Amino acid sequence: MLRALAVGVLVVIVGIAITVFSKAWPSFSHNGFAWFGSGGDVDTQFEAMINGPRDPANYVYHFRAWPLIWATILTSGLAVIFGMVISILAAVFVVELAPARIKRAIDPTIRLLAGVPSVVYGLIGILAIAPWVEHNFISQQRKRSVEYVVQLTGANLSVAVLILTVMIVPIMVAIIAGALESVPRSWTEGSAALGVNRWRTTWRVSLRTVRPAIVAAAVLATARALGEAIMLAMVAGSRGFSPNPLDGTTFFFEPVRPLAATIVHYVEDLNVVPVEHTLYAMAAVLLVSCALLSLAGWAAKQPMKRYGVRT
Amino acid sequence: MASASPPLAPTPGTTRALAPPAGSIRPTKQRDSIGSWPLADRVAYLLCWIVGIGLCAMAGAIVLFMLVKGISYLRPSLLIEHPSASQDQATSGGFLDPIEGTLILTAVGMAIAAPLGVGLAVWMSEYQRPAWLARLVESGVEMIAGAPSVLLAMFGLALFARPALAFLSQTSAGGSVFGRSFLTAGAMMSLIALPLVVAATREALLQVPTHVREASYALGKTKATTIRKVLLPSVRPSIANGVTLGVGRIVGDTAIVVILLGATIRLEGAGGAPLLSTLRGTGGTLTSYVLFNSPAGEGNAHEKAYAAAFVLLLMVLGLNVIVMRLNASRAGSGQSIGASSRWRAMTGALPWIR
Repeated sequence: MLRALAVGVLVVIVGIAITVFSKAWPSFSHNGFAWFGSGGDVDTQFEAMINGPRDPANYVYHFRAWPLIWATILTSGLAVIFGMVISILAAVFVVELAPARIKRAIDPTIRLLAGVPSVVYGLIGILAIAPWVEHNFISQQRKRSVEYVVQLTGANLSVAVLILTVMIVPIMVAIIAGALESVPRSWTEGSAALGVNRWRTTWRVSLRTVRPAIVAAAVLATARALGEAIMLAMVAGSRGFSPNPLDGTTFFFEPVRPLAATIVHYVEDLNVVPVEHTLYAMAAVLLVSCALLSLAGWAAKQPMKRYGVRT
Repeated sequence: MASASPPLAPTPGTTRALAPPAGSIRPTKQRDSIGSWPLADRVAYLLCWIVGIGLCAMAGAIVLFMLVKGISYLRPSLLIEHPSASQDQATSGGFLDPIEGTLILTAVGMAIAAPLGVGLAVWMSEYQRPAWLARLVESGVEMIAGAPSVLLAMFGLALFARPALAFLSQTSAGGSVFGRSFLTAGAMMSLIALPLVVAATREALLQVPTHVREASYALGKTKATTIRKVLLPSVRPSIANGVTLGVGRIVGDTAIVVILLGATIRLEGAGGAPLLSTLRGTGGTLTSYVLFNSPAGEGNAHEKAYAAAFVLLLMVLGLNVIVMRLNASRAGSGQSIGASSRWRAMTGALPWIR
């Protein structure tokens, strides 16, 4: 009977895949591979779907998701890059360098940071950080320079990446710190006995050993960042805009809206059939990328089994 | 000319070449002094310290900020008034309904997730046959753990709109199933909490030594009785740990609430039966209330949003304290909880907290 439970879990997963893909298919079939391409403004295309004809033969399906995909790549990628640097340093601090008193305090701190709900992060972002950024970094001159394309507000790429980094750092610190503590002590002691100083021992021996854990942490953090919808919907800006790197530093202050945030934004219009299919198409993209990242995370953890480190 | 020891009173003309001048020997430190390191290593060491202290400072800043804002905006009357839709802040009531919604949703979610999770963990650690199924289920649970809550919400929306499942929510006048209710949202929330319960229970079951099981079999007990009477009671603290972590995750989730709970401000019942109407009806939780009142929603009532977010943060902090107490009592009672397994337990829980 318990085996039925186990089979049930697999049935649920297969059911998720089937449901999402079958509801996503019309959007993909009408747009083809150009669904992932660029061309036009995402919000205008949604407007066209919502205001379009209601008979099934004439549904408007035209959609180009590139601004959303580019926004997702930007926010998740930048957050993971910054987060990886910060978490490696923080993990080394927690495991090796922290005095005992601080070490006792760090454990609950990281647990707390990981447990804060994303709405609270979003609230702090939109009510405290975004106005500060707008006041200090977005001058009138900067606003005028891109006025003809987009309005710059405090809710933009920089705030989104900042808060997303804070959200994914606890995960990575926990994984890397766990792996660092599992490095056999004889290795680090041997290195110290050879006269290598503490930092260089950590860098050359411990961190090199836990490279698979670092990769696994990065992969899991990317999956987390991809799925973050609510905080990004609140903070990242209200337009599905594609930031242009050629804008220089203004690039960091342009509004974005990643895929998951767009789903949450347009879910009220779900009763319109083309919108429903488009949103499920975006969910299908999320499903495929998270499944691939899950697989990559599993593959990244395999080398650690060689050292007997259980993850 | 060698001498066994330097003369105490050096005679003029002899050299004291063998003894260094008094006061010039520094006592060597036990530890490796950072002053002797190359510059790059010193910079990296400093950076580690800065990042470590910065992380603590950031957590402290977040808690302090929410504390200040929450205390300034939270009045006890907010906790016991029903919210009402109104433009004026003074008459728009409190957030009793969202609090009730959070409690109901958590109860429904854990009522489904706890038995399922424990049963799944027992199967994965005790039975595990056939082997290919066990591997598949393990990766399956990991995949569910890694799925974004938006994805699960969209799946729930599609699944529960089917007429066959109309009993879980209400049917609108046009004949289409609404598909959003506490029962449907609770079902999806249980998927979110499931991996945490499974991981905690499984970890603990794997740590029970085999001689305990063998002793029970030697006394003539069946496998089912062993599990029920011997193994499960011994891992009860870990189950409680997993359940608390799952509750923490359910309380903090917003996407499923917004998409699958109808996101009405008050609890709107469906039909007449006393408990069932609430479960089949729509409502909101603290998280959707905060979203609604923030500048990203329509309410635009910052003070209420801060107050509700403060209450939410207190709930999550309370759950964290419970988890720490459970871990402390587990370490005290002798179950091994070494440093790396502590991080591992946190790792099992952390990536999946949204």
